[in-house]
Amino acid sequence: MSDIEMLEMDDVCIKENEMYYKPSTLTDTPMHYCPGCGHGTAHKVLMEVVEEMGIENDIIGVAPVGCSVFAYHYMNVDMQQAAHGRACAVATGIKRCYPERFVFTYQGDGDLAAIGTAETIHAANRGENILVVFINNGIYGMTSGQMAPTTLPGMVSTTSPFGRDVATMGHPLKISELLAQLPGVAYVTRQSVHEANNVKRTKKAFAKALEYQKRGLGFCLVEIVTNCPSNWKMTPLQSNKFVTDKMIPFYPLGDIKVPEGK
Amino acid sequence: MAKVIGKIIIDIEHCKGCELCVESCPHDCISIADTINAKGYQYAIMVNDHCTGCVNCALVCPDAVISVYRKVVREPKPAKIKEVEIS
Ligand SMILES: Cc1ncc(C[n+]2csc(CCOP(=O)(O)OP(=O)(O)O)c2C)c(N)n1
Ligand code: SF4
Ligand code: SF4
Ligand code: SF4
Repeated sequence: MSDIEMLEMDDVCIKENEMYYKPSTLTDTPMHYCPGCGHGTAHKVLMEVVEEMGIENDIIGVAPVGCSVFAYHYMNVDMQQAAHGRACAVATGIKRCYPERFVFTYQGDGDLAAIGTAETIHAANRGENILVVFINNGIYGMTSGQMAPTTLPGMVSTTSPFGRDVATMGHPLKISELLAQLPGVAYVTRQSVHEANNVKRTKKAFAKALEYQKRGLGFCLVEIVTNCPSNWKMTPLQSNKFVTDKMIPFYPLGDIKVPEGK
Repeated sequence: MAKVIGKIIIDIEHCKGCELCVESCPHDCISIADTINAKGYQYAIMVNDHCTGCVNCALVCPDAVISVYRKVVREPKPAKIKEVEIS
């Protein structure tokens, strides 16, 4: 680099010109996720909102079992680990002991929509005042790509090598639409993090959900349709294209339920 | 006319070379290096100065390794020439 370019770099890269920086609510520990995995983006966006709202000392998260089992290593806030699928039950306990704290769970589709279906539905039905972040990558990521309740019809996984046959394996479970019907549920939205504009919308959704929790409106669910390049056996770019071409047409993005009068 | 100078700093040691930032940049400012970092990933590098600081790359980076800066330079250059003329 020439001297002039260097000078320009020093001149531009100063605090007052900062447009984007890694939020302080993420630890310095490098995330173990595969290259291009949406888990990292989702962690980052959630933690940006926590930082911007200044609630890092007032929020407690519940980590799942799945690829994001180590979420507590990366999110620089108080965290509790739950057994597979039980995050909503653990979050219920935490919120009831500390009603003044913000409480969220962060769960994959295997965790939330398979082994944890009961805990999720009943927490929603009780109108627990928590935020549930639901990462829908259509597969069990951590255990190497078995079919999940959310796997698309015809989608290949290690346990549906010829594609999901809905006649024998059932149809994908649209958890968000299902939970939106329950009176205890205040806010349900489906977002994604595969493109910059979607990342911005997801951020707004998290901010809204935490605002509703502050006002005690009830259960809020933010589903994020995302990728699993490793188990889909794709490059990160191919996997994001699959999200656009296949996942989103089946799981359309947008608000599914908003609090009354919003 | 105001000129926008954007710059990004990539923490190359923690980049995983996923290329999501490359795809997201509207000005083709980012490319993947031929060399690898300590983890063995071919990391992202800035390859031109067309950056406007739009933050797209930083938003999509799953590992939060991109910082973005943006400076708007408002001082038009001809003003300096005028000064010289007066003196
Ligand atoms: C009680 C119990 N049953 C099964 C497992 C094995 N297991 C670990 S992670 C996982 C699936 C996780 O998938 P998902 O929630 O979709 O998260 P992802 O890894 O895709 O992020 C399973 C079945 C376990 N750890 N504990
Ligand atoms: S296995 Fe899939 S979900 Fe898990 S970290 Fe890798 S890409 Fe992400
Ligand atoms: S998006 Fe981030 S991790 Fe991926 S190549 Fe770009 S800088 Fe590296
Ligand atoms: S800030 Fe925008 S223009 Fe600059 S490198 Fe990133 S995506 Fe490209």
